Amino acid sequence: MSTKPVMAQPSDGTLSRRGFFMKLGILFNGFAAMVLAVPIARFLLSSVARGQGKGYLSWVRLGEVTNFPEGETRMATFRNPLVMPTDGKTVDTACWVRRISGDQFQVFAINCAHLGCPVRWFPQSGLFMCPCHGGAYYRDGSRASGPPERGLFEYPHQIENGVLTIEAGQLPTPGEPIASAARGKPPCA
Amino acid sequence: MRVIKRIGEWFDHRLQLAAPIREAVEHPVPRNTASWFYVFGSAALTIFLIQLVTGILLALIYVPSAGEAWSSLQALNHQVTLGWFIRAMHGWGSNFMVAIVLIHMVQVFLFGAHKYPRELTWIVGVFLLLMTLGMAFTGQVMRFDQDAYWGLGIGASIASRVPILGPAIVKLMLGGPIIAGATLSRFFTLHVFVIPGMLIAFVSLHVLMVLKLGINEWPMPGRIVKRATYDAQYHALTKSEGAPFVPYAVWKDLFFAAFIILAIAACAYYFGPFGPTGQPDPTIIQTAPKPDYFFLWLYALLSLLPPSLETPFLLIGPPLAILGLILLPFLSGEGEKSWKRRPIAVVTVLVIAITLGTFTRLAQFTPWSPHMNAWSGDPVPDRYIHGTRALERQGALVFQVKQCRNCHSLGDAGGQRGPALDSVAVRLTQDQLIRQVIQGGGNMPAYGKNLSPAETTALVAFLETLHPATQSPARDAARDLVLSESSPKSATQP
Repeated sequence: MSTKPVMAQPSDGTLSRRGFFMKLGILFNGFAAMVLAVPIARFLLSSVARGQGKGYLSWVRLGEVTNFPEGETRMATFRNPLVMPTDGKTVDTACWVRRISGDQFQVFAINCAHLGCPVRWFPQSGLFMCPCHGGAYYRDGSRASGPPERGLFEYPHQIENGVLTIEAGQLPTPGEPIASAARGKPPCA
Repeated sequence: MRVIKRIGEWFDHRLQLAAPIREAVEHPVPRNTASWFYVFGSAALTIFLIQLVTGILLALIYVPSAGEAWSSLQALNHQVTLGWFIRAMHGWGSNFMVAIVLIHMVQVFLFGAHKYPRELTWIVGVFLLLMTLGMAFTGQVMRFDQDAYWGLGIGASIASRVPILGPAIVKLMLGGPIIAGATLSRFFTLHVFVIPGMLIAFVSLHVLMVLKLGINEWPMPGRIVKRATYDAQYHALTKSEGAPFVPYAVWKDLFFAAFIILAIAACAYYFGPFGPTGQPDPTIIQTAPKPDYFFLWLYALLSLLPPSLETPFLLIGPPLAILGLILLPFLSGEGEKSWKRRPIAVVTVLVIAITLGTFTRLAQFTPWSPHMNAWSGDPVPDRYIHGTRALERQGALVFQVKQCRNCHSLGDAGGQRGPALDSVAVRLTQDQLIRQVIQGGGNMPAYGKNLSPAETTALVAFLETLHPATQSPARDAARDLVLSESSPKSATQP
């Protein structure tokens, strides 16, 4: 039991030997924390960092052009280009393919431009309707009514050897409609 | 007995906890706080403990993997002995917890308990409410079914609207570019480690402050809280009319805690577990996702807000509400405690409760959602085509086939997105009907490109028959005049 209290800072304001070592110890721990913080932050933010470089996107096949009759809109499904072992069925994605005529296509995301619910195509009335909050779109994807502020999201697409492919890999949201690595160049030029 | 006493003493010599525990248990509380109004805090704690226990039990079977979560829930429901009951307890416990936390909050606010010196207790309580809601939302994701999948999409769509940072927040939230395995894993981490850990810390702090500062005395109209004098007054109150918390007040807490546990168990037993609904397979789009009960009001709000107001409301509303709750004890930290002398407080609570209640009720039958299968499921009632002409019957067919019923009801069947059309002919003239069908407007899509002229003519002819027998259809008087002027042979010449 020591009777003399040990202070970090003697009352006269000078730094004691033990007080100096305590401060050095805190500094040393601060350094150790930083060494640890860098990998932790990089690990945590890895999904963001990769998305910044559009590293998630690639071209996926939707099927032969002949699968899509002219003048009709059909559902197609594709597998997300990036698959992790625990993803289960969530990597299977649906989209709406509208073949206007010949090689003229439009490929719409299944997600409503309002809050992402799955829109359904009604050929008789020529409308896409959303079951959640009642958004509706015309056959060309433009907004018809309801809460959405814009038309349906559209994937960049191209036709290679008679096969329709789209550039996909990311959930389209109002904040980031459809990312495209090939921005600037019209996809079906 | 002496052996037990000696063992007890052996432990306490080392732990030294007996004295502080005795002090906490026997601390004097104002007699009139031994009331049934004061049981909700301990009830919330009780439910939290139930959720901890049932949650740990569920984790024995549940697999937090996007590929297997759904089937592990099925196993819990159907294969594991009483798995369904534990799931139901956890689900109903969640509903009860949100409800009790809200009731507790209202009671505390109306009794002025957020005022000096309990401001920090209130603020910690606000964070506890947010964590409780966070647990409710992340818990809904654990039930990894269609609703959970599309609910995550809604969450991502909302988050994406944050200026500049939106897309980054979405990828951080989903753990990748899409809703997939990593998403479930991180919501599992939040639901099972992060938020419960914070809850335990904050609940301890909350209870500690209640013990240190004393339970709020029963508010008496006219007994004004002042920072300078309150502490001495409260101290005097507990001296003059105080009673030890145990057993004077605690028996009501004990009774209510047991009642709540039995109520949750009864709901679990009679109503069973929640879901899971369909598999989380994004290619199955025949689904109408809906959030759990305590987020229904938000679901309704998102349907009813004007589109241009939605993003500002979503991004500014919640932070403002939270800031308001945090600032509340600083804005009204002194003064009257009794609800009898605080009319604005009472009206505020009522307005908020009625608003949330109305939106919740609306979201239960979603009048804004089209009935996705009304056109094929709800036929035009017989009486509407009784005695009609061929053209009008053809119009009824167009009406059905073009899915007008998805949004418009006829004879109380069909969607409620647009107005009911049982008496539309009284409201709109023939020209107005044609214009509305072809050009749309007022939230109705334009059907011009989807109807041939013949179909439009037939449809409008049918719509013109939709009026009560006692009321004639709307007519444009000027139209008759114009038509009569353009045809000089008309018999209406004076």
